Amino acid sequence: MFDALSSKLQNVFRNLRGLGRISEDNIADALRDVRMALLDADVNFKVARDFIDRVKTKALGAEVVRTVQPGQQIVKIIHDELVDLLGSENAGLDLSGKPTCILMVGLHGSGKTTSSGKLARLLHKQGRAPLLVAADVYRPAAMDQLATLGRQLNLPVFTRPGEKDVLRIAREAMAEAEATHRNVLLFDTAGRLQIDEPLVQELVRLRDVVKPREILLVLDSATGQEAVNVATHFDDALGITGAVLTKLDGDARGGAALSFRSVVGKPIKFMGVGEKLEDFEPFHPERMGQRILGMGDVVSLVEKAVETVDEEEARKLEEKMRRGQFTLEDFLAQLRQMKKMGPLEGLIGMLPGGSEALKGADMSKSEKEFRRMEGIICAMTPKERRNPNILNAKRRIRIANGSGVKVADVNSLLKRFTQMQGMMKKMGKMQKMLGKMGGLGGLGGLGGLGGMGGGGGKMPKLPKGMRGMFGR
Amino acid sequence: MGLFQRIKQGLQKTHSRLTQEIKRIVTRSPKLTGESVEELEAALLGADFGTTLTMQIVEAVRRGYETQGGSKLDVFAVARREVESALAGPNPALAQADTGLTVVSLVGVNGTGKTTTSAKLAKLTQNSGKQAVLAACDTFRAAAIEQLKLWGDRLNVPVVAGTYHADPAAVAHDAISAAQSRGADYLFVDTAGRLHTKNNLMKELQKVHRVMDKKLPGAPHEVLLVVDATTGMNALTQAREFHKAVTLTGLVITKLDGTSRGGMAVAIQRELGLPIKFIGVGEQAEDLQPFSAAEFAEALFGE
Repeated sequence: MFDALSSKLQNVFRNLRGLGRISEDNIADALRDVRMALLDADVNFKVARDFIDRVKTKALGAEVVRTVQPGQQIVKIIHDELVDLLGSENAGLDLSGKPTCILMVGLHGSGKTTSSGKLARLLHKQGRAPLLVAADVYRPAAMDQLATLGRQLNLPVFTRPGEKDVLRIAREAMAEAEATHRNVLLFDTAGRLQIDEPLVQELVRLRDVVKPREILLVLDSATGQEAVNVATHFDDALGITGAVLTKLDGDARGGAALSFRSVVGKPIKFMGVGEKLEDFEPFHPERMGQRILGMGDVVSLVEKAVETVDEEEARKLEEKMRRGQFTLEDFLAQLRQMKKMGPLEGLIGMLPGGSEALKGADMSKSEKEFRRMEGIICAMTPKERRNPNILNAKRRIRIANGSGVKVADVNSLLKRFTQMQGMMKKMGKMQKMLGKMGGLGGLGGLGGLGGMGGGGGKMPKLPKGMRGMFGR
Repeated sequence: MGLFQRIKQGLQKTHSRLTQEIKRIVTRSPKLTGESVEELEAALLGADFGTTLTMQIVEAVRRGYETQGGSKLDVFAVARREVESALAGPNPALAQADTGLTVVSLVGVNGTGKTTTSAKLAKLTQNSGKQAVLAACDTFRAAAIEQLKLWGDRLNVPVVAGTYHADPAAVAHDAISAAQSRGADYLFVDTAGRLHTKNNLMKELQKVHRVMDKKLPGAPHEVLLVVDATTGMNALTQAREFHKAVTLTGLVITKLDGTSRGGMAVAIQRELGLPIKFIGVGEQAEDLQPFSAAEFAEALFGE
């Protein structure tokens, strides 16, 4: 996500950590690098300049010079400032109105319609009764798009095809919401330039009619220096209450996020992280700060695991792993569980150093490999899965034919499985030891991740077990 | 309104802000001090030129000061020259097949304006007396097909479409047949928006192109990356990755009617040597203009 920025900053930090004494001279280069990294990440140049100034002032302060490792201290200052820039905690929505109205506004193509659908899904999941309102009367087929999303979500959409008066649509939608007992109205407005005065005024009038609790600016994470202009213009005209950052599944470096917060002073509330309607999450600034700095997003990973992994099953699996009774059946179950958690790239990106380890690796290959492994195991009888030792040449040929692979592929899967089993036994012992020392307790709960989470705390590179599983 | 006027109007905001800023910087002090270099830098960075190109322009200005002295130097002329030379490239006209149908594929990330640009291109070719056909190969985004069909109705251009979740390669294949049997001159293929980081989607795009080449050897004759002018330096990464996947032949910069300056387009052309072929300056069908480097640079820095 913010990979390029984090790897650049990590370089800078490596150099900084070694510093014994801090002076204006020896941090100048480092700070220039940080500034360049921020600029390359599309952080607004004014924001970047202020950021560097603040870090410099703090770094040269007496407090710092007296500490034992000043280099470390600067790293901490930069970290704190970054987190500060992004805001400190997740801001929720104000849903107090009856009904609550939410306006989605922004430039063309920033993702308003998709985000409206995604937000409606989230609100519906939280027990609200959302009504999507198609208020884009300009773009051809924009209403159809929202209606299609509504059908996919099984949620009502208010459309008036052919109607060009946004205010009339709004009034009728409010009446409809009242009649059908919908308590949140989501207005998908047309994309417009922040300097297009007549169109911005249309939004102002819409706001005055529906009196929204939330006006969310939908912002493409790849936006450049313009992000600040766009945000301030919309804020000045409408008084936005927050932002939705979209297309974060790309590799845009997210300077827009950093600048938005610092210039407008409003929180980023949600982020779009994929093409599917469920790829939409509350924005967690502190996690994002850590992610930028390359510390990984372990918290999100754990939450994701908890959401998809059956805890009971995970405990059983962990127990089996510890005892070395891990069978191909369990392996299959695990493969499927991992698949449920989403694409590998996303998962590994959340691990500390994961994004760096991923660089250049073609994860789609690994995923194909996963599917093939699944196929091979599926071609085995339950007896074979429980006891792979009975797999003689004849059985192997049958399995290869049954799953459409070569015998060599079956062999390599079995070999890898045996290696994994061995490693798990070792890990089980280690974990027991660590358990006594009071460490790792929390990570143990990650059991469902099996080979993945096994490496525990220190993960500068992918744990060996994981690499084994990916076949590299 | 003339072409130059339109670009200039589109870039007005940019132009006035950038020019004023630079003017303020250079008139204040006859010598180029550290501070004014930093300000010049900030002005260029603010136009999304990116760090590399900004440094290059600043360096050129600095050199100019050293050789000519501050009072005689026209900073704008220097900056304009730098941008122009970065943009100097091959002829930006739309490619044309030797005989028969010319296929133009429009690719890019989500929300840059591929569908609108396809329609505008169809309009542009129609205006020059050629016959165009549109292919709705975005079978993924909700209502993308309807959007293109509405444009087709508006412009009176036939649209070949499949159903949602159909294989876009199959739609492209059929569209070539349809365009050929109509004796059309141009086929504009509107593909689905995809982030360049999604390996499977990039593979899908490669397949669409492979299938077109099989159906009509040499197709697509033109592969245009549609880039949103508000995009920052990520545009460079987008261009790199798309170029790697499907070998681009040019760029279309859209939404230049805002305050965005599209500086990163200059960076892309400089790095990848891809010419900017068209710029989008509005929502209407006629708001697509052929690109001219000299006019672009002039509009950015001219007085």
